[in-house]
Amino acid sequence: MATTKPGGSGLGKYVLVRLALAPVFLLLLLTLLFVLLRILPGDIVTASLAGRASEERIEAAREAAGIDRPIGVQYVEYLSNIVTGDFGEPLTDPRPVGELVADLLPATIELTVFAMLIAIPLGILLGAVSARFRDTPLDGAARLFGIVSFSIPVFWLGIQAQLVFSVWNDWLPTGNRISARIAPVDGPTGFYLIDGVLASNGEFTLTALEHLILPGATLGLVISGVFVRLVRVNMLQTLRADYVESAHARGVGERPVLFRHAFKNALVPVITIMGLQFALLLGGAILTETTFSWPGIGLKLVDFINARDYVGVQSLVTVIAILIVSVSVVIDIINGLIDPRVRY
Amino acid sequence: MAGSTEVSTTTTSQPATADISRWRRARARIEHGLRPWRRANPGARYLVIAGAAITLLFAFLAVFADTVAPFGEDQYCADEFFNPENGACIGVGPDEQVPNRAPPSTEYPFGTTDTRFDVLSRVILGARLAFAVVAFSTAFAMLIGVPLGLFSGYIGGRFDRVMVLVMDAIYAFPSLLLAIMIAFALGLRLEQLGIDAPFVPAAVSVGTVYIPQYFRVIRNHTLSVKEEPYVEAAKSLGASRTSIVFRYVFFNVVSSIPVLFTLNAADAVLTMAGLGFLGYGVRFPTAEWGLDVSLALADSVAGFWWTAFWPGVAITLLVTGLSLMGEGLNDIINPLLRVKGYRGKAKASARETMKLAGDREPAGATSRAEAGA
Repeated sequence: MATTKPGGSGLGKYVLVRLALAPVFLLLLLTLLFVLLRILPGDIVTASLAGRASEERIEAAREAAGIDRPIGVQYVEYLSNIVTGDFGEPLTDPRPVGELVADLLPATIELTVFAMLIAIPLGILLGAVSARFRDTPLDGAARLFGIVSFSIPVFWLGIQAQLVFSVWNDWLPTGNRISARIAPVDGPTGFYLIDGVLASNGEFTLTALEHLILPGATLGLVISGVFVRLVRVNMLQTLRADYVESAHARGVGERPVLFRHAFKNALVPVITIMGLQFALLLGGAILTETTFSWPGIGLKLVDFINARDYVGVQSLVTVIAILIVSVSVVIDIINGLIDPRVRY
Repeated sequence: MAGSTEVSTTTTSQPATADISRWRRARARIEHGLRPWRRANPGARYLVIAGAAITLLFAFLAVFADTVAPFGEDQYCADEFFNPENGACIGVGPDEQVPNRAPPSTEYPFGTTDTRFDVLSRVILGARLAFAVVAFSTAFAMLIGVPLGLFSGYIGGRFDRVMVLVMDAIYAFPSLLLAIMIAFALGLRLEQLGIDAPFVPAAVSVGTVYIPQYFRVIRNHTLSVKEEPYVEAAKSLGASRTSIVFRYVFFNVVSSIPVLFTLNAADAVLTMAGLGFLGYGVRFPTAEWGLDVSLALADSVAGFWWTAFWPGVAITLLVTGLSLMGEGLNDIINPLLRVKGYRGKAKASARETMKLAGDREPAGATSRAEAGA
């Protein structure tokens, strides 16, 4: 562990190193993607469009994708396009990828945030209870919940939820972000809940919320198990630490020890994982979005895959990789702010 | 770790015929192997027993699927009319066929699908594919990840640094997304080359996802083992690098593999189900749980609950069984890591290398939720 410098003098350096390393890691990730999608011989654009487009169209697409040039040239072009903000033109969607992402990302973020709002409190509560009552039936139940909740395929849980809440009881809609009967609100943020409130359109906001509940709760329930396990393990670890023992020895009561001492410290690593989870979900909560026809990045990616749109897949995945690396850098910096021990 | 000391004391204290000594030696080995199990707390043992029971049940179903399942995966009439060669029912009118979308009954305990297939049979036959994917993908991941980890850790230097970076990049990527991409690229290529093997892209992509984990765990373990005196001794006796790595280092790092294996197996079943659900598993009418759930999506919205319900239950049960076993084994084999958690440790050290998070990374099955996303 790095030596602790009081006053956080290491923070500036820490942030700088983080920021400097991010592009390196990103470059590695993008190279990996590039290699993955081209590792086998053959012409993938022709394969994507075979039987659906004329010779000229295929030729034009090959030209546009730069597929006929040497692999080294393609690689340099791929990277330089990204630097200039040109993420490519999907074969099956008229919009350039940048525009596409601007349209889809708010939907994915909305879903992810809602899921987190369910998963985090549930995970912290069950995890803390589980650690506090270690090796009791309560602990066993919480651990079992942690294991079973991630063993459930999210798409299956989603279908069961649709069955109960939409098909058998007409309480909530089965999918999409908004009902077709509601006049759209053209808001500045793209988040329906926020836009609805900004436009003081109560009906729109409420309908958007209704549509969000099932997919959000399903995803939240599935990821909460990870947090239960995480909080439990970290609580147990901190409950064993010297400062907790000494607090006990000083006669501090069980409850203050638990909440004031152990809980706060147990939470720091949990925040990291939450952030990572969040970054990963931004990569498209693919299965959830597919199950609920939620028009986010994950669903679009599946569309591209089904349309065998090689260019679309590559561009969207590139954007996702950039998102993931950026979010994890932000998390690391936040972590450095919270916990001086993380810094150098 | 090394069982040799115990073995020798047992044998030398009781000079006997070669047969007895061999028997005693074997017993001592077993005793030694079982020691962690005896010492483990009962909770961990229950986890393993419960998990193993569930897993064995499914393994049994997978092995004897053809005998146990009342129907074939694409059979839509009674056996006497069915021709397994071409999957057709000859000379049978609609009335003699399996009913369409029949609810669960004594004749069809899990109901039937809109294509007149028996859901129970497809659930049972689906176990075959789940185990096939687990076997293939973990073997694939181990065959690449373990030797790479051994050599990377043993040789060290620039090779090691590059390998660690590449593996970190793979690991940083959401596993389901990675699997989808590989299945997509590989599927397109195979099709282009005129190769018809629908199972291969899915299995390879699921396997690739786990390479970094084996690499990580084996490499880290190798780093500590290679400093041990017996490795130094072997080196000074002039053993070759390959033989040191495979004879001395390998057998001392294999203990990390069973835990990783069971947890990856659980993950692999889920990832395969996800790929199947998205249409990247096998081709209809092959019985695969994820595919069956996706085929039943429309049924479910129409209120026919049973077609989507049962394959999902099967996935959940098998994954739960494998995870319980993995958790329990982890508690037993790595009591020290129980608090740290090897997964968290793997991730932590991966990130340490990237100088991203220091060594306070916690435990936790972080990659799990990706499969669930």
